[in-house]
Amino acid sequence: MLETTDAILLMRGISKIFPGVTALEDVDFALRPGEIHALMGENGAGKSTLIKVLTGVEHPDNGSIELAGRLVQVRSPQHSQSLGISTVYQEVNLCTNLSVAENILLGNEPRRFGTIDWRRMNALAAQALKRLDIDIDVARPLGNYSLAIQQMVAIVRALEIESARILILDEPTSSLDANETSRLFDVMRKLRASGIAIVFVTHFLDQVYQVSDRITVLRNGRLVGTYDTESLPRVELIAKMLGRSLADLETVSRARAEHELPDAQSLALKATGLGHKGTLEPLDLALRAGEVVGLAGLLGSGRSELARLLFGVDTPDAGSLEVGGAPVTRHGPGESLRRGIALCPEDRKVEGIVKDLTIRENIILALQARQGWARYLPESKQYEIAERFVRLLGIVTPSVDQLVGNLSGGNQQKVILARWLAINPRILILDEPTRGIDVGAKAEIQKLVLDLADEGKSIVFISSELEEVLRISQRVIVMRDQRKAAEYGKDVNAQTIIHTMAGHQ
Amino acid sequence: MTQRTKLFLLNHGPLLTTVAIFLLAYIIGGQLYPAMQKPQVFFNLFINNGSLLIVSIGMTFVILTGGIDLSVASVIALTTVASAVLLQNGLPPLVVMPLMLLMGVAFGAVLGGFIHFLKVQPFVVTLMGSFFARGMAYIISLTSVTIKDPFYNSLALTPIYIPFVPNAYVYSYALVGPMLFLATIYLAFFTRFGRTVYAIGNNEQSARLMGLPVGRTKISVYAFSGFCSALAGIVWSIALLSGYGRYAPSMELDAIASVVMGGTMLTGGVGNVIGTLFGVLINGTIVSLLQFNGTLSSWWTRIGVGALTLVFIGIQSLFYVRRKSVG
Amino acid sequence: MTPHKLLARVRESRLFWPLTALAVILLFDAIFEPGFFKIGIIDDPVYGPHLYGNLIDVLNNGAPLMLVSIGMTLVIATGGVDLSVGAVIAISAAMGAVLINPALGDRLITNDILTADTTNTPLPLIILADLAAGTLCGLWNGFLVSRARIQPMVATLILMVAGRGIAQLITNGQIMTIYYTPYFWFGNGFILGLPVSIYIVAGVALLAWLLVRKTALGLFIESTGVNARAAYYAGLDERNIKLLAYTFCGFTGAIAGLILSSYVHSSDANNIGANYELDAILAVVMGGTLMSGGRFSIVASIIGAIVIWAFTITMYTFGVPADALTAAKAVLVLLVILLYSEFSQRLLGRWGLRKGQRHDPAH
Repeated sequence: MLETTDAILLMRGISKIFPGVTALEDVDFALRPGEIHALMGENGAGKSTLIKVLTGVEHPDNGSIELAGRLVQVRSPQHSQSLGISTVYQEVNLCTNLSVAENILLGNEPRRFGTIDWRRMNALAAQALKRLDIDIDVARPLGNYSLAIQQMVAIVRALEIESARILILDEPTSSLDANETSRLFDVMRKLRASGIAIVFVTHFLDQVYQVSDRITVLRNGRLVGTYDTESLPRVELIAKMLGRSLADLETVSRARAEHELPDAQSLALKATGLGHKGTLEPLDLALRAGEVVGLAGLLGSGRSELARLLFGVDTPDAGSLEVGGAPVTRHGPGESLRRGIALCPEDRKVEGIVKDLTIRENIILALQARQGWARYLPESKQYEIAERFVRLLGIVTPSVDQLVGNLSGGNQQKVILARWLAINPRILILDEPTRGIDVGAKAEIQKLVLDLADEGKSIVFISSELEEVLRISQRVIVMRDQRKAAEYGKDVNAQTIIHTMAGHQ
Repeated sequence: MTQRTKLFLLNHGPLLTTVAIFLLAYIIGGQLYPAMQKPQVFFNLFINNGSLLIVSIGMTFVILTGGIDLSVASVIALTTVASAVLLQNGLPPLVVMPLMLLMGVAFGAVLGGFIHFLKVQPFVVTLMGSFFARGMAYIISLTSVTIKDPFYNSLALTPIYIPFVPNAYVYSYALVGPMLFLATIYLAFFTRFGRTVYAIGNNEQSARLMGLPVGRTKISVYAFSGFCSALAGIVWSIALLSGYGRYAPSMELDAIASVVMGGTMLTGGVGNVIGTLFGVLINGTIVSLLQFNGTLSSWWTRIGVGALTLVFIGIQSLFYVRRKSVG
Repeated sequence: MTPHKLLARVRESRLFWPLTALAVILLFDAIFEPGFFKIGIIDDPVYGPHLYGNLIDVLNNGAPLMLVSIGMTLVIATGGVDLSVGAVIAISAAMGAVLINPALGDRLITNDILTADTTNTPLPLIILADLAAGTLCGLWNGFLVSRARIQPMVATLILMVAGRGIAQLITNGQIMTIYYTPYFWFGNGFILGLPVSIYIVAGVALLAWLLVRKTALGLFIESTGVNARAAYYAGLDERNIKLLAYTFCGFTGAIAGLILSSYVHSSDANNIGANYELDAILAVVMGGTLMSGGRFSIVASIIGAIVIWAFTITMYTFGVPADALTAAKAVLVLLVILLYSEFSQRLLGRWGLRKGQRHDPAH
């Protein structure tokens, strides 16, 4: 139920459909003045689309937006700013080469006879920052300051120039350390006291509980609900984000129980103290042949970071990695391919598909990269491989010569999966392989993963869907706050995992 | 070193390097060739590089937005030919000069418009502009046209003596560059236009989100560069008292090199016209050194300037990385 | 295949636009200057009987540009650009001219020696040095782009600035006239009645085609150009791919320099290969390769180069002086820019989208 009393912003029945994907479906959202409202959800839940609708980047297909009791249509980002809605992003949208004062006031700078009045500008900027207890030299370039300061400068600009009544903070704390974060929270509390409504998008649970008044949870483009932070236990929140009520999770059937480990002895991969400063605390990991290891954890918990480290996209700066008993000295995707490690990356558009190439070319790309440029796969062989995987994975297309860019999201995902299966890897890391795919295809992919494991391949399976992880993994590693929180055997239940994610051991 | 000085050095390092290189080159030159110690040699830098200074200033603004203007040399040539022919046909200089400036502004604005509205890369559009202007110069006249106008003659030949420096002089047209230089310092640091130029060069997306007039500023910057090119063309036609389509060959490269040697980053957002002034002076000093030496050949200028450009691109990115890590 | 589908295929082909442009120019000639197509046979005292006429000139004069366009195609396909091709041409031409000079070394120079039809350097060595010089330039560009990670326009601008200075350094600032007859063969000779340069273009094009279509290099270049990040995740080393593209571009520039200096019997460091940067970019863009990189066609780029020279020779036959021609060329560039701009792409796109949706299995 939507509470309408004294809300400054009311979004009702918002829907947004992109080709092939329903990003938002009938979502309601209400914001009160003087509250910090956390917006939660996993990747693909619809948070960013909701924000984009609110800031005029996207236009909703359905639904209405009411601002202070008046029906509005947000036409563009500029328009939303003029309506008093401002957004501060994780990557600060200011100019680092300009001074702090300019960043706060440019566009509305004090002038005398057409000339910028630097003295007054600096004084005004310093004054505006003072109001939030920030005392810095405003004449210095913004780039000289830390990201936290830059973010606060962005907030001050939003308040000064755009006289914002609604402030959207989109993942503002992702690159801040604990000190900086608490400083930002002080600023947020101050703003709340002055009656400004703050939408706080984050994936850090602790921070939500530290600072927010209410929480809205989205999942798969739908509203799960809006709750008072105080009355929503952490475990409940996670369960809502992952789409299960606690009671439901108990009854998950266990398909994986039938899949016993073929050979528990041979280690396919062994990581000791593997870590990367800033993204992953050192951890140990052992992968046996024919085993599916599930990686559970919320967004930003370090699950994708671990995958990138194992595949060599990022070079670890701590610990050691052994593949098939041999130590890894040179990291990089190319090296990993030769070792028989494959990573099906999370961001399909940016890291996966090459949209102007055909399905065939996309499928053979990694295989060809491993073969080297000189030993070009004969065309007949290319078609054979591509067509085999199109059949195997049920990719819907009239021919393998279609451009991948023309396929639907689910089919694109299958093409990427095919690219990695084509190299016949010993170790396959799947980062959210089933996201944005219909239920039937999901089951197919899960079955495929189990079949691959039966063939003796080791699989690291990352998914936000706990049920899926539980169903097919022999072991589950739970990630939390960029570290390995716990490792469970196959008899673990969902409740334990959720409690671990929430930080209660 | 305190944090403050460190930051100062990091923020102004490239400019200081440029000034240091200029002084070093000049002092070494003075030691090697005593004739170079004469003050007149210094003022000759302004006489000989008047046009280069002017187009380099225009180029600085273009590069600060992250663009590039390869049409400047051709617009100089076009301006010399057009003004020579117009003067030959009896138009008064006070009509010809504003007309030329107007032409430069219009030309630059059209190029800027293509870049902004059609979203074509600046080097393609301005290279096209360069072809067009050079071609138009030849269409107007295939041969060199002399200027006999008395006003141009008096501007070209009347020396202006420098106060307090005995026997040192410049010609009136050599003062155009320094005057423009002062005006652009004001433009760059004390107007919204100037600050918007810097903002666009740093991050066009951010500038747009900050509500700054991105499109208008980008077009204005190319129009300003066109203005500078036309002005440089007028100076050139005064200095040589003629117009010819072959004038100012590859000067766009010298201008770009001067801007880069002046500490402006080719990716935009960092640098200023003060550095450009010294970049032009370095360019001029290298030429003077070669002249005084007599045995070294002129092509060393191009190679030297190319090498210095590369060095400065390296220095810039070093400072940039350090700045980021300090912050 | 239905006629409608056939038509769609023709329209989607990369060769469609450059061939249309060529047809328009030739049609223009056919109407206004029918003599344009006259081809005769001349019995040349040096090179024997061969064909002559405007169309032959288009091929022979256009050969250097076709060569450079082949290299530029690969560079642009990786998402880069090479502004230094003119300078590379000058360097390679200078190299050849200097090595031919019989006064090489510290022998006493007299006019007789200088203008003699002889050389102390074996011709193969001269050619090799030519090619090596240009290829080295390309390697340098490739190094700056792929290893030093300087953006392509800036990286190649450095050689654009310094390159002609280096060429002058090689020739000691002289405009070197070449008197050695065997060297002239490349730009002026004929085989079976057709210019030698055309055979060279065919050879290089074949080499390039084999390189990109019979090995995986084409796939790698296109993947890098479309989505460098995805290519990296798929295990490709984009750095070596870029290095190769720039090096090959330097190589084609070197051959172009060889043919050009052979054709004009001299090497003028300041003017030889002037404006080739824009011409080559224009040819490639006309050939349907996007400036942002991705799909490319070598043949289409070559046809683009032919279009430019058909246009040029047409202008010559109409008496437009060479110097003023650049203005006309600028108009040609403008047309292409307008045609490929986002605005007209959107117009075309609306047309193409309807087509595309019919093919799309999802609908």
